[in-house]
Amino acid sequence: MVEPTAARDVETWDATVVRVLKSHDVRLVAHVPDKVLAPLIRRLVDDDFFTVVSPAREEEAVGIVAGAYLAGMRGIALMQTSGFATLPNVLASLALPFQLPILMLVSERGTLGDFQLAQAMVCSTLRPILQALKIEHFAIQRMDEVEFVVGQMIRQAYATQAPAAMILSPLLTARRGGIQ
Amino acid sequence: MTAIRHLSRADAHVMNRSALTRRLVARLPDDVAVVGGIGHTHFDLWAAGQRARNFYMLGSMGLAVPIALGVALAQPRRRVIALEGDGSLLMQLGALGTVMAARPKNLAIFVWDNGAYQITGAQPTATSAGVDLVAIARGAGIAAATWAADEAHFEALVELALSGDGPLFVAARTDNQPPAGTTDRDAARIRMRFMDALKQG
Repeated sequence: MVEPTAARDVETWDATVVRVLKSHDVRLVAHVPDKVLAPLIRRLVDDDFFTVVSPAREEEAVGIVAGAYLAGMRGIALMQTSGFATLPNVLASLALPFQLPILMLVSERGTLGDFQLAQAMVCSTLRPILQALKIEHFAIQRMDEVEFVVGQMIRQAYATQAPAAMILSPLLTARRGGIQ
Repeated sequence: MTAIRHLSRADAHVMNRSALTRRLVARLPDDVAVVGGIGHTHFDLWAAGQRARNFYMLGSMGLAVPIALGVALAQPRRRVIALEGDGSLLMQLGALGTVMAARPKNLAIFVWDNGAYQITGAQPTATSAGVDLVAIARGAGIAAATWAADEAHFEALVELALSGDGPLFVAARTDNQPPAGTTDRDAARIRMRFMDALKQG
């Protein structure tokens, strides 16, 4: 499902992510539920290019993506901020020592208008965890950044054998529609 | 599938983990990938003889099954075995549902159940209080789930893992004897050897 070039200016962020994942041959998707990611998950499930699994926990998602990489298939784990907060142990004990380029797409909850204190408090752990583990991360805020940031972070992750977290800011995902 | 028997945990003979691991490894063709969970599970896998297609987890307790599932999905024509301990599996029981939903025909899960976190001082796990991991696997929808009644039955189940359609779940009760060796824990070396071998047959 490659969008024609002329249609790209009206492409949504989720359609761009799908296109970039395909162009980098990222075929395995392990996702846990998230409302912001829902349109992306729908696109991935509907597209035969992708093998999509729905594990019960984010740790499992990292394990599945790790195993697929070891066996030659590129993969990505999709989650929200609170799910990421369950991952420091597996990132520190699996992804980092084994130098596994685990791609993570994290929808950022708990900031810019979230209604849940719990989400907000978990959100405050996201960047300190990534910084403590020295994991490359970048928050995508604008539609015109999606293709470049996702593509470059995938490229760097595989070139440097290192995990990477692409953070979807509400500035990207909620500014127009007010999804929260 | 006559090797799948309806046994309870109490029906299963308690066997020695090192000896069972050697029986397993002796029957594996070179192309089979094995993901060894942490602790004495992979110590004995290491001690049973070096195989290029063994992956030894160093931490990430509970992730042997998810990692093996990832390998199985990426290479559907390769037989893949997850080797895990009862304590580790209890930490990540949701993975059994994930396996059932993904239906990998090439994946078999083998679990050593000694009822204890042996490496950390043998604190009891919930299986020693009555949790039946085979019943849980069946409840998760993995129909081909069984206890290994004894050594001969275990060998038949290894054959089934190598020839039948998965996912297969086998649990064996094991004693608390120490492992037969200690894994060499150079993460980069483990990864590169495993990846290189999985690029070949």
